[in-house]
Amino acid sequence: MKTLSKGIIVIFIFIDVILFGKILLAGKNIQVLNPKGIIALQERDVAFVALFLMLLIIIPVFIWAFYVGTTYHEGNKWAKYTPEWDHSTKLQIFIWAFPISIICLLCVLNWVTAHKLDPSVAIASTNKPITIQVVATRWKWVFIYPQQKIATVNLVEFPENTPVHFELSASDTPMNSFWIPQLGGQIYAMSGMSTQTHLMADSVGSYRGENTEINGAGYAEMTFTAQSVTQNDFNNWVTSVKQSSNPVLNLDTFNKLAQPSQDNPVTYYSSTQDNLFTTIVTKYLAPGKGMEGM
Amino acid sequence: MEQFILGRLTWDSLPHEWFTLGGTGAFATILLGVAIFLTRVKRWKWLWKEWLTTTDPKKIGIMYLIIAFLMFLRGGLDAVMIWLQQSIGTSTSPGYLGATHGYLSADHFQQIFTAHGDIMVFFVTMGFLFGLINLIVPLQIGARDLAFPFLNSLGFWLYFAGVVLINMFFVLGGQFGSTGWLAVAPLSELQFNPGVGVDYWIWSLQVSGVGTLIGGINFVVTILKMRAPGMSLMRMPMFTWASLMGMILVVSIFPILAMTMALLTLDRYLGMHFFTLDNGGNAMMYWNLIWMWGHPEVYVLIIPVFGIYSEIVSTFAQKKVFGYTSLIVAVGAITLLSFSVWLHHFYTMGAGADVNAFFGIMTMWIGIPTGVQIINWLFTMFRGKIIFKTPIYWFFGFVSTFTFGGMAGLLMALPPVDFQIHNTLFLVAHFHTMIVGGALFGIFAGFTYWFPKVFGFKLNERIGKYAFWTWLVGFFVSFVPLYILGMMGAVRRMDTYSPSLGWQQLFTVSLIGAGIIMCAVGLQILQLIVSIRQRNQNRDLTGDPWNGRSLEWATSSPPPFYNFAVIPEVHSRDPFWEMKKEGKKPIKYEDIELPKNTPMGIYISGFAFLFGLAMVWHAWLFAIIGIVGIICCVLLRTFDEDTEYVLTAAEVEKIEKKNAKRYA
Repeated sequence: MKTLSKGIIVIFIFIDVILFGKILLAGKNIQVLNPKGIIALQERDVAFVALFLMLLIIIPVFIWAFYVGTTYHEGNKWAKYTPEWDHSTKLQIFIWAFPISIICLLCVLNWVTAHKLDPSVAIASTNKPITIQVVATRWKWVFIYPQQKIATVNLVEFPENTPVHFELSASDTPMNSFWIPQLGGQIYAMSGMSTQTHLMADSVGSYRGENTEINGAGYAEMTFTAQSVTQNDFNNWVTSVKQSSNPVLNLDTFNKLAQPSQDNPVTYYSSTQDNLFTTIVTKYLAPGKGMEGM
Repeated sequence: MEQFILGRLTWDSLPHEWFTLGGTGAFATILLGVAIFLTRVKRWKWLWKEWLTTTDPKKIGIMYLIIAFLMFLRGGLDAVMIWLQQSIGTSTSPGYLGATHGYLSADHFQQIFTAHGDIMVFFVTMGFLFGLINLIVPLQIGARDLAFPFLNSLGFWLYFAGVVLINMFFVLGGQFGSTGWLAVAPLSELQFNPGVGVDYWIWSLQVSGVGTLIGGINFVVTILKMRAPGMSLMRMPMFTWASLMGMILVVSIFPILAMTMALLTLDRYLGMHFFTLDNGGNAMMYWNLIWMWGHPEVYVLIIPVFGIYSEIVSTFAQKKVFGYTSLIVAVGAITLLSFSVWLHHFYTMGAGADVNAFFGIMTMWIGIPTGVQIINWLFTMFRGKIIFKTPIYWFFGFVSTFTFGGMAGLLMALPPVDFQIHNTLFLVAHFHTMIVGGALFGIFAGFTYWFPKVFGFKLNERIGKYAFWTWLVGFFVSFVPLYILGMMGAVRRMDTYSPSLGWQQLFTVSLIGAGIIMCAVGLQILQLIVSIRQRNQNRDLTGDPWNGRSLEWATSSPPPFYNFAVIPEVHSRDPFWEMKKEGKKPIKYEDIELPKNTPMGIYISGFAFLFGLAMVWHAWLFAIIGIVGIICCVLLRTFDEDTEYVLTAAEVEKIEKKNAKRYA
């Protein structure tokens, strides 16, 4: 190869190294690599382990490719040339065994972590978990606290170091995906279906939450704030939301709220109707039939 | 009555937005220009007789390439529009052209990325591949034609009808679907998308999908039944093997797509409830069905390209391909495994750990044959004598991008990691790395490699290399920021975001990358123009410009319309390589049977187009005319016995001698 091409390749590798260095060392802007919750932390570490295992094969292949490309070219009169050599059983065994061994390790990692970090697995903690029900509507997030009997829109608050059990569904919207990058992985919220996930925040803080599945015109701005606070602050917050000036969320007000609208402000509801979430999940079923019939 | 004839099509639905008017204007100008040119050079009859009605796979292949390239420019324009909106459209930015943020409304933005995805997958990558397969596979297997020449013409014209239909909204009004390229339910249901956009999508893909399916059947039969004597399966060139695998995939999956769209059609046209929210519809079923087709579909895009790389590496390293059997096993394994991984597109639906882990492990297995192929290609070069021509540059570009993209893919095969990057720009960057860095680079490599065979002269090397470096730099500059943005939490398909997130810089870098890629495409067009002007200096008079190994190089460049005057006999894996060693043998000419040209493919596709368009607008009268027209044409063709003619041995000899004189 000409010097120019070699120079460009070197510059390239340099740029790549800098970019990857930037990714790994960057500040809190890269949310997935900068977790604030145990689930997001474990998910990131799975990625790092997998990346390490893959580099075990990628780096040798890259060095090998560079060596072959720079050695066995036309201009190199000293390189060996064997035009008829097209098979070697020993080499083929090696060529297959090398990727297979790495992929097998990755498969074990896959099976173990898929089970350990499945969203339905509860988080072990000394603190008592709290349940929050999430309903995606066009285009806002409604959060119902069945234990506290309050509800909010586009803001979810919970105590730090306390496992949060999210139950998710949607109302009259296409599919949605509920994601708080710094706390942990996403899960779909679907009309007529109920899904769940468990998340926990390590410390007090305010995190960005969003929808990742396209569901119409207001999709890009369907974001919310996830607030983790101390247990005391949480109790105070619940009390303040319960004050009578906030409206009540029952099926009527919910249906009004669920009409398509964009850029909804944060809203609080002082009390909620019992079993509102179940009513929303099962509203598409014909009367008299349970979920078992589906 | 008016309802029956025109359906939903009214004066109000005709185009009136700046982009539809602009599109219509552009199309009209191009068509008018072509029409004036053809009239001036008096080539209308020639165009009709020699090209449009042809059943010659080489000409059909060239037409595929032209249409695919035009669509590539259109899809590329979409891409630049997406990038521009994302780099200027923060939520505090002023709106231009009537948009709230940036210059596109949310709905318009969603239409554009949907159009970009559909056009790039169905009409660009598939079009390029069908073009190359048409051009090369018959030559590689030493055949004079395909098993069903007429079906090949019909397949191309149905593809063309699909291309026109999906762009018809520019001219007749309506809009593109704003659903994402797969029109996922329930977003594509009447409740959320009552307009004609999704209907355009359905009928365009139904029409072109039938074309793809019959093209697939045609090539499977051709490769299995029409090989030259002596070419056993284990002597087939790698590109033919890979094409066979790709076409087997096409034949197995396109019925799934047709059926899924048919169910969606029933929902939208007859008020049924397969995928609706209410009355027992189940949208999750749509997701399973569409990805059962969709995942193998992306392998249809890449598998033939693996074959192109095998050919190029072996030719330019001047060495037999290393681990031939291994490569076939690898391609076959990828073909089979592609059926068992579709659920990895929605781990986040909450199917549970066992299901997710199963599909995750199946996905990871695909990494094994892919890795094996790359290592085998490197061993082919090992102890070879690599000639660094443009195609080899594309190959090394592919190795550097594809391995990175593959690593990103394997990361996403882990459900816990996928939960954190699903539907983000990380995913977008991943599949662009695979389709651009894998499939598109391979198509460019194959195009440069086989160009002299098809047109009789080589492409300009220097500009080709400039184009390659510009592409590679542009690719990294535009897509590395997307990987980072994805990990920052930027999701795909968003038209606006808060400037406080600090994403705008990276989006701008990405836009600059898009500009570099535009320069690269400009260089490729320049390369084509310069090469055509300098064609006399770069003529390929031998038919074998690269010191090739397989049968396509054994005939002249461009090949005569009957491909081979004498069908070659094959005794080994690299038949032409052996022939060159053994030297020439005396030639005995014989009569050749060839298919006649026929306009029936155009007529049937024209009626199919009319049917599709009428269905989009609920114009039932025209839909009935379309169906009746299709049936009549098919019957006429079926009872037409006079579809072949004989070229006598004397005529063949005359043409061959004339050619020999020309090249002397």
